Parts: sequence; structure tokens; C-alpha cells
Amino acid sequence: MDSIPGRRLILAAFMIFLLLPIYWLINMSFKGNVEITSTMSLWPEQPTLANYRVIFTDASWYSGYLNSLSYVLINMILSVALALPAAYAFSRYRFMGDKHLFFWLLSNRMAPAAVFALPFFNLYSAIGLFDTPWAVALAHCLFNIPLAVWILEGFISGVPREIDETAFLDGYSFPRFFVKILMPLIASGIGVAAFFCFMFSWVELLLARTLTSVDAKPIAAIMTRTVSAAGMDWGVLAAAGVLTLVPGAIVIWFVRNYIARGFALGRV
Amino acid sequence: MEKIANQKAWFLVLPVFAVVAFSAVIPLMTVVNYSVQDTFGNNKFFWNGVGWYQELLSPSTELGGRFLASLWRNLIFSAVVLAIEIPLGIVVALAMPRQGRGVAFSLVVLALPLLIPWNVVGTIWQIFGRSDIGLLGYVLNRLGFDYNYVAYPIDAWATIIVMDVWHWSSLVALLCYAGLKSIPEAFYQAASIDGASRWAVFTAIQLPKMQRVLLIAGLLRFMDSFMIYTEPFVVTGGGPGNSTTFISIELVKLALGQFDLGKAAAMSLVYELIILIICWVFYTVMTNAGQERRIEREAA
Repeated sequence: MDSIPGRRLILAAFMIFLLLPIYWLINMSFKGNVEITSTMSLWPEQPTLANYRVIFTDASWYSGYLNSLSYVLINMILSVALALPAAYAFSRYRFMGDKHLFFWLLSNRMAPAAVFALPFFNLYSAIGLFDTPWAVALAHCLFNIPLAVWILEGFISGVPREIDETAFLDGYSFPRFFVKILMPLIASGIGVAAFFCFMFSWVELLLARTLTSVDAKPIAAIMTRTVSAAGMDWGVLAAAGVLTLVPGAIVIWFVRNYIARGFALGRV
Repeated sequence: MEKIANQKAWFLVLPVFAVVAFSAVIPLMTVVNYSVQDTFGNNKFFWNGVGWYQELLSPSTELGGRFLASLWRNLIFSAVVLAIEIPLGIVVALAMPRQGRGVAFSLVVLALPLLIPWNVVGTIWQIFGRSDIGLLGYVLNRLGFDYNYVAYPIDAWATIIVMDVWHWSSLVALLCYAGLKSIPEAFYQAASIDGASRWAVFTAIQLPKMQRVLLIAGLLRFMDSFMIYTEPFVVTGGGPGNSTTFISIELVKLALGQFDLGKAAAMSLVYELIILIICWVFYTVMTNAGQERRIEREAA
């Protein structure tokens, strides 16, 4: 009753539209450069792992992944750890300026990175963090902390307050209640918030590129550098692209039911 | 659930406040500072008042012309992608299975483009659209279209719009799907007893129930498309000419390419102000919806 005519066809067509470009990238990553530029084939005729070998053996490539992972992890831990108590406060209490503060956080989540690129460059150069993972991790806090607060507030509001009150009556101190009772109850929420912090930090390019030069250069910046170079190595570029899909592809199964919720800041 | 007044809650919020203030307020102060000054190098600055703003907002100056042109491009881009993604997302959400093993599978496939780093989205379409090595470009050229996104503005626009549809339609679909799932089975049964047509079910039951998620989806998509930078930057670099230079690209060029601090700062603030206004609408919608939901739950 609630489905529409031809729904299988529509869904299949849409999925092919989504998967085809990704398949093409994977296909190219297994081809040599000669095969890429000389023939047009739907699958690699001489499959090779040479492109992946380049990335795993050349330090200027694989260090990009390590740099990206390090700032992404710092950012994720920082964002979720700081956001948890704040989300609890927003969910349970009224206090001076709470609504303004909540809106101000959201406005930072929505702020264009381009506006902050130059001032961040000045700021982190001035305090000596430029070209370290910490600079990028702190810069990404600008949009990830608000995101985590909004998502976690949604999850904590789903926990009835009677549970808090009972715990306090039973003599739990606030920190003990928080860690022993509340956090297990919103474990999936913490997972979702952590995942979205990870993701938005992982996909961001502009700030990560602006705040690093050599030592902390993220994989995304290394890829764009190769793009602009003459005599392009398409196979390696494709392989590098495929490898950046891996983190998302690994966790996608676990977060599949929460994707909409995370993108809508916990409001669906 | 009534919230308790408790000023001590500020202590829980303080760490977040401190970190976000550090990364938002200090940079914004810098920007405000730059936007009212001029410099001839040597770190010497002169008071310029609202000079940059006047230049920015008058179409006859070079800066104003560039800003307004990129603003227009951005608005057209946002309008086009919204006009495609919202209906497409609704159709896909309606086409998704409601139960069974197909649900998990389609959720995973739909979510895939959302989790790809933005520059890789650009790379994927850059490769896919090339006529020499990309499937799309190759097929289009074989069919007799003279398609080349590097040379023709129209082709560049088409590529970027298709890319954005590819990247974000799933988000609209997933949000609508979440809205559709909240409709009780009894509604459909009642409709079928009344002999309602498929279209009547859609307009009288499904669309009203999706109203809130559609609003959220629309605002999210508008914001993100209004701030788009990485994907077109990778695919076209803002070209050919300036035809795909959106506000963010223009701003980065001005700030980090030419180090034109005063102009870039003035542009930043006007840009930020536009975002802030849309954000306020978004916030009001979100919080009103939250209240409605609470009332519904208490009534149930």
C-alpha cells in the first residue's frame, strides 16, 4: 500500500547511479597507467597492485594517512569528551543564556570553513601549533564540538530523568552516575557522535590543508597536490582515493540506522 | 519534561564554551579587525572604516563585481541542486523497502557517497567525467556530445550539479525515509478502506508526515551547498574562466592566494552574516519541531 509503482526499478537505477563512479575509481586503481590512458575497459585487463604498492612503500604517501588519522582521532576524543557534560546540561537544566549558547554552537557548526581559514592560519602560527596535528584537531573542534553536543543532547533527552533521580537517591555522586549509569545508557549515541566527528574531520580539506605544510600534511592535501602536477599518475591517485573510502566502508554497517539522525544533528 | 533551573550547569558547559570560543571568537575578532583596515605591507595598518564594505556591495567595483557574481552563482547552484535533490530524495525514499533484508542493504548503499571525503568525491568525478579515461566522458563523446568539463562552462556546471546530486541526494532520501517509517500502519489501512488513491495517500498522509524532515533536509542542503568549496575546487578549480567560482572559492583566492586581508575580511563577515540568518531560521524550525514532538508524545 505504501510503496510506489516501479519501485524496484527506481531503487536499482539510483543505486547504479551511486555505485558506478565508485566502481570506476576502484577499477582504475587496479590498472597500470599505460592501460588507463590507452584502452577503455570496464574491468582491469592486466590487474596490478603496483599502485597500492607505491602508496604503502612511499613515505610521502602513507605518512599522509597517518597524519590524517592522528588529527582525526585527537579531534574525535576531544569533541566527544567535552561535549558529553555540556549535552547533559542542555538536556536537563535551564541556566542563564542556555538558548543563546545552544544557537551559537549551531551557528559554528554551519560556519563556512573558508571564513576561518586565514584567521586560523594566523592564530595557530602565533601560538606555535602550525603544521602539527593539534592545530587541525583544534580547528575541526569548531564544527565537531557543536555537532557532538547537538547529537548527544538528542540521545540524553531520550533517557527519562527518573533514572538520574533514582541514581542520586541511591547515593551515586554525579561523576559516578555519569560514567556508570548514563554513559552505558547512551552508548549508541556516543558511538554515533564519535562516528560523525570522525567523519566530518576526515572529509574536511580546506582547513586541514591551510594549517599544515610538511610534517602534518593530510592525505587529502597530498592528493590535490598530485592532481595539479603535470604528467599525472592516475593509477596511484585512484588507489589513494580508494584507500580513503576504507574507514567509511568499515563502519557503515554499524551506523546504518543512525546516518539520517547524525546528519540532522540528532533531530530526526 | 520540564527542565530544572540550575545555574551550576554552566560548569558542565564551560569546557565546550572555552574551546569553541577559542576557535570561533578569536578568529572572528581578527576578521573584524582586518575588515576595517588597509595595509601597504610592512605590517602597517591604516583605518579604512567601512570602505571595504562599500566596495564589496557596489557592483561597479572590481571586488563588488566578483563578490556579487559569485554570490549569484552560488544562489543559482543551491536552487538547482535543491530542486533536483528534494524530489529525487522523496521518490527514492518512497521506493525503499520498509522491511526485510533489503532495508539494511539499501541503507548501506545509499549512505556510501555521504562517507566519502569531499576531495575524493571531486577526484571520483574528475576521473569519471574525463573523455579520455572516464566512463561518463567517454560514453557521452561516443554518443556524439562534445562534452568537456574543462573547456565549456555549461559542461562544468552540469558535472558539478550531477556530482552534488550524486553526493547528497541520499541524505534527503534517508531523512525522508526516517519520516516515512514513523507513519503507523493503521493510517494506510484506514486509507485503503476509504479507497484512497496512491496519490491521495501521498498528499494526505506521507507528505504531511515528512514535512518536518523535509524542512530539515532542505535547510541542511541549502547551507552545505552555499558553503561548497572542496568538490568544485578539485574538479574545475573554479573554471573554466570564473564560471564555477563559488563564494568560498572566491574567498579563499582572495585571502590565501592574494593575501588581500581587508577585502577578504569584509567578504567573510558578509558571508558569515548571510549564513547566520539562515541558521536562525534553521534553529527556530528545529526547536519548534522539538516542542511539537514533545507535545505529541505527552498527548499519546
